[in-house]
Amino acid sequence: MLWHALTLQLGYNATLVTLGAMLLGIAAGVTGTFLFLRKRALVSDAISHATLPGVGIAFIIMVALGGDGRSLIGLMLGSAASAWLGLLCIGFLTRRTRLAEDAAIGAVLSVFFGIGIVFLTFIQTMSEGRQAGLEGFLLGSTAGMLYSDAVIIAVGGALVLAAVIAFRRPLSAVAFDPEFAASSGLNVPRLDLIMMGLVMAITVVGLKIVGLILIVALLIIPPVTARFWSERVTGVLWVAGIVGGVAGYVGATLSAVAPALPTGPVIVLVLFVMFALSLLFAPARGALAAVLKHLSFQRRVHIRQGLLALAQGQPIYEKLTLRLLQRSGLARADGVATTDGKARAAKALRDETRWQMARSREEFALAATFYDGLTEIETVLTGDQIGELDRLIGAPMGVPA
Amino acid sequence: MGEEFVAISLTPMLIGTLAAIACALPGNFLLLRRQALIGDAISHVVLPGIVVAFLITGVVAAVPMMLGAAGAAVVAVVMIEAIRRLGKIEPGAAMGVTFTAMFAGGVLLLEQSDTSTVHLDVEHALFGNLESLIWLDATGWASLLDLEALAYLPVELPRLFGVLLVVALFTWVFWRPLKLSTFDEGFAQSMGIRTGPLGFTLVIVAALAAVAAFDAVGSIIVIAMFICPPAAARLMTNALGAQVAWSVLFATLSAVLGYVFAGYGPLWFGADNAVSAAGMIATVSGLILCFAAVFGPHRARSGAPAEAL
Repeated sequence: MLWHALTLQLGYNATLVTLGAMLLGIAAGVTGTFLFLRKRALVSDAISHATLPGVGIAFIIMVALGGDGRSLIGLMLGSAASAWLGLLCIGFLTRRTRLAEDAAIGAVLSVFFGIGIVFLTFIQTMSEGRQAGLEGFLLGSTAGMLYSDAVIIAVGGALVLAAVIAFRRPLSAVAFDPEFAASSGLNVPRLDLIMMGLVMAITVVGLKIVGLILIVALLIIPPVTARFWSERVTGVLWVAGIVGGVAGYVGATLSAVAPALPTGPVIVLVLFVMFALSLLFAPARGALAAVLKHLSFQRRVHIRQGLLALAQGQPIYEKLTLRLLQRSGLARADGVATTDGKARAAKALRDETRWQMARSREEFALAATFYDGLTEIETVLTGDQIGELDRLIGAPMGVPA
Repeated sequence: MGEEFVAISLTPMLIGTLAAIACALPGNFLLLRRQALIGDAISHVVLPGIVVAFLITGVVAAVPMMLGAAGAAVVAVVMIEAIRRLGKIEPGAAMGVTFTAMFAGGVLLLEQSDTSTVHLDVEHALFGNLESLIWLDATGWASLLDLEALAYLPVELPRLFGVLLVVALFTWVFWRPLKLSTFDEGFAQSMGIRTGPLGFTLVIVAALAAVAAFDAVGSIIVIAMFICPPAAARLMTNALGAQVAWSVLFATLSAVLGYVFAGYGPLWFGADNAVSAAGMIATVSGLILCFAAVFGPHRARSGAPAEAL
């Protein structure tokens, strides 16, 4: 069953929904990256919660006009209108009052959601409302979807993705460095507006699949995951798009296999698994890499300090140092240097002495900034410069030649 | 009005008011510290905590649920910090990852487990069940003096009252350090105030208020009351004491008016069913914020040029 779902053999509707979810996921990952780089990730949470009153009002209007109120297009238009209103409210509160953006986000999110709940409870008392299934918009559901709805989602996902691709260059320029983008002639406020429009479009298309409470995850988790894999805007955009697409695809197929589960949480958990794996195992920024880097640094410091102690004939009390020296074959268990250890210790001491001299002389001031107790001086200075240092240090004193 | 009011409307109205004030008090400080969305995050992560507590104990009881919710809040705080530090991710995004993932986990656990015999579902978690917290033993105003009837008050009422006392006491005892560390953290540190632990305690107190309120009134009210009354109050005054007083007034107004509109409003328009009280309370708090944003005497940023509206 799962295999059939993954290979898109669960019927026409399920295939359309899965493809739509995948396209939407890619678009959301890319758009989310712009939001993330602009540090406005949580605005999307307010936008998505603000769709609920629109869904309710659209349903009531459609019923009042004699329809059955469940037309997905109508509900999507309603949700877009109220999300836009919510966005305007955030703009008004942050620009015209002294409230900070986070307070405006929280206020719009909770109040619009509250208004939406009032409409939902009102709809439940309408005779047409009992079977409306509007609760599905909270957490997403793909079970029993109409053919027309599946088409809308697939087409919607494709359109949003096309729009994201069309605007990707100016949007990444603004996201990376808004001031430079402005000075090179881009209209930053208008591009911000386009970005918010894309977020809104993603929310509206994703309403039925992911649900309005969790769609924010589709915008936030992919860029955060991608950030672990790349230091470049283009790289983050690609990885975020792939992560979002995989989550949409796998999440939609999983929920086709288990129709009782709401789709939104399934997609979010798929996202979270990818995020957790990246957090742990990403090569440069992951937790495991950080631990390894720390251990290797610790090892180098201990060996260096141990070698210096050996060279100066001081006893080594630190157990870890001794163990590390022993394991590298530089010292015996009782702390006496091996032949190899003696050579390395002498070299470490010479290196340290040269550094001391370099740091005390003005002409080496620039090179001295590279001193960290671990870098070998040969990697910083040329042979001639080291010769100069050695001449300054001079021959051993107090010993007859 | 009279016996019916006391039995059916008085207790939910009081519970709503207590919950609103308990959330609004710490909300004032969170708002000024630019941590307003912590309430949002806490109210989302409470769900998995409650579900796990239910799965372990098998009953819907207050104490294990509070413990589970508190545990979930701690897990969330640790996770947000870990994501921020390990990934060098900005706090807003770290918060977004954490609370969506935990909420999704809670929903899936809930859907997977057999909760058909108990009153525990996602909608309940979102909207609460304020309307059902009625006082069946009340026969009229006289019941307020009747010990036997008082013994059957909904348990949420004394519990929220206790939590409100704790929150108010915390605000009162730590007023000065809270005020100093909120407005000028460096100065507060130089005065010997340990701002780190104080800020953490504030979040814990907020979590306590959120968990207690969540149980009775659902997560929408929690988020709305953490933000809307303090935000509206911020636009009314420049003094912290006055701001807290305004926020308590606004929270009370939202709870009482919201409950009345939800219960009786539809009747005025000829409909015969009430709408969600939780949703209506959030709506009223939004209306108050809207009025404050348009007419509040201190709505503009100080120093900003006066703009014609």
